[in-house]
Amino acid sequence: MDQQAYSEYIKKITPKSKVWGSLVRAFFVGGLICLLGEGLSALYQMWLPAYDKTQIGSLVSCSLIFLAAILTGIGVYDKIGYFAGGGSIVPITGFSNSITSAAMEFRKEGIIFGTCANMFKIAGPVIVVGVAVAMLCGLGYFIVGLFL
Amino acid sequence: MSTIIFKHKPRIIGWYSVAGKKESEGPLAKTFSRIVMDEYFGEKTHESAECKLFVTAIQGAIQVAGVQPDIVFAGDLLNQIVSSSFAMREIGLPFVGVYGACSTMALSLITAATFVDSGVVRTTVSAAGSHFATAERQYRTPLEFGNQRPPSAQWTVTGAGATVLSNLKKSNLAVTCATIGRVIDYGIKDVNNMGAAMAPAAADTLARHFENTKTKPTDYDAIFSGDLGSIGEEAIRDLLKEKGYDLGENYYDCGKMIYAGKQKVDMGGSGCGCSAVTLNGFILDKFKRGEYHKVILMATGALLSPTTSYQGETIPGIANAVVIEEVAE
Repeated sequence: MDQQAYSEYIKKITPKSKVWGSLVRAFFVGGLICLLGEGLSALYQMWLPAYDKTQIGSLVSCSLIFLAAILTGIGVYDKIGYFAGGGSIVPITGFSNSITSAAMEFRKEGIIFGTCANMFKIAGPVIVVGVAVAMLCGLGYFIVGLFL
Repeated sequence: MSTIIFKHKPRIIGWYSVAGKKESEGPLAKTFSRIVMDEYFGEKTHESAECKLFVTAIQGAIQVAGVQPDIVFAGDLLNQIVSSSFAMREIGLPFVGVYGACSTMALSLITAATFVDSGVVRTTVSAAGSHFATAERQYRTPLEFGNQRPPSAQWTVTGAGATVLSNLKKSNLAVTCATIGRVIDYGIKDVNNMGAAMAPAAADTLARHFENTKTKPTDYDAIFSGDLGSIGEEAIRDLLKEKGYDLGENYYDCGKMIYAGKQKVDMGGSGCGCSAVTLNGFILDKFKRGEYHKVILMATGALLSPTTSYQGETIPGIANAVVIEEVAE
């Protein structure tokens, strides 16, 4: 077997992730997290009628981030993630988990060189790409606006 | 010739294995000399815990052997092999660090056997080990990060094993020959499929071993690979068939033996500790009970680092084979 044949052979014998099962679990867990967000939103609107929609939205995000950080800290979120895959990675709770887990993992190297330096090890690329894409969109928006 | 024949047949006079909680829930639990349920082993960090695993295994093996060794050969997976070298602060013996990724147990055994066989030292200790948490940190993601592992991924064994070799004829168990591995790369890039990356090197080592020693797979009671896992096992069987060797029923993979299917470990165990605790537990126990007379242990290593993987490099493999045999007094 040469290299080319070997890599094709390996592709053939390597088991694939079970797509449909994963999709269904991701759909339901992801959906549940969003449902929780909607529930919190309704609750905050009822409790704090003076707040506008944007403020309520921020409160909901903060609550979900806080909750996911707590669940990560007590060692539950990785089990949810093992079950749900993308369902618990994509929502804001997954973002919170990626930061909290890195902060915990590198705590042993100290606050500055451990936690602070490594906190955004996983989330960092998401922020960088997010900012870069936002800038590109803004630029596009600006250019289109010149001609309208 | 790439196979070393040890003329004076260095004897295995003591061995010891220490394994973690997950390993204690697997099928080999009863064969380990000691089980440590605490993942920190009473230390502050996982790295210190791994270091303590080495100290425990080495001191345990020396105690079993009852002979003070002259020199220690050991290695692990962490950068700058800190677990083994830091363990030597407590052991206090002359130390040679070896690195062969997950093939380290066999490599340290071969190096030690060569020293003993040449007559320059009388007694040596060979050791290797790994820790799930330290390997995850170095090669993958934080422990509490909620991601899924692909089905081809393996689970790093928490544990360490040590073997004492000596020219004192205190036992009839000996290391009789060894084949040192070539670094072989078949272009596999998937860090979650190490078995596939290592299988070509393993097939190469075994084929050269059979050829050099004029033996065939059925001449051995058992042939163990270190941590090829299910995919690697299938691949090595097929690769060796191409070379004219049929690995039959007596071929096993330590990685596949160490955990039970229900433990959610996908393809099986991996890491330096995988072959180290299996050798210094299951395999040598079988010899002791007279069930084995001649065995090949071929530990397999994937020679990658996180840096090379991110830079798009492929994963080269290596496999070191050592023959353990019952000899006449």
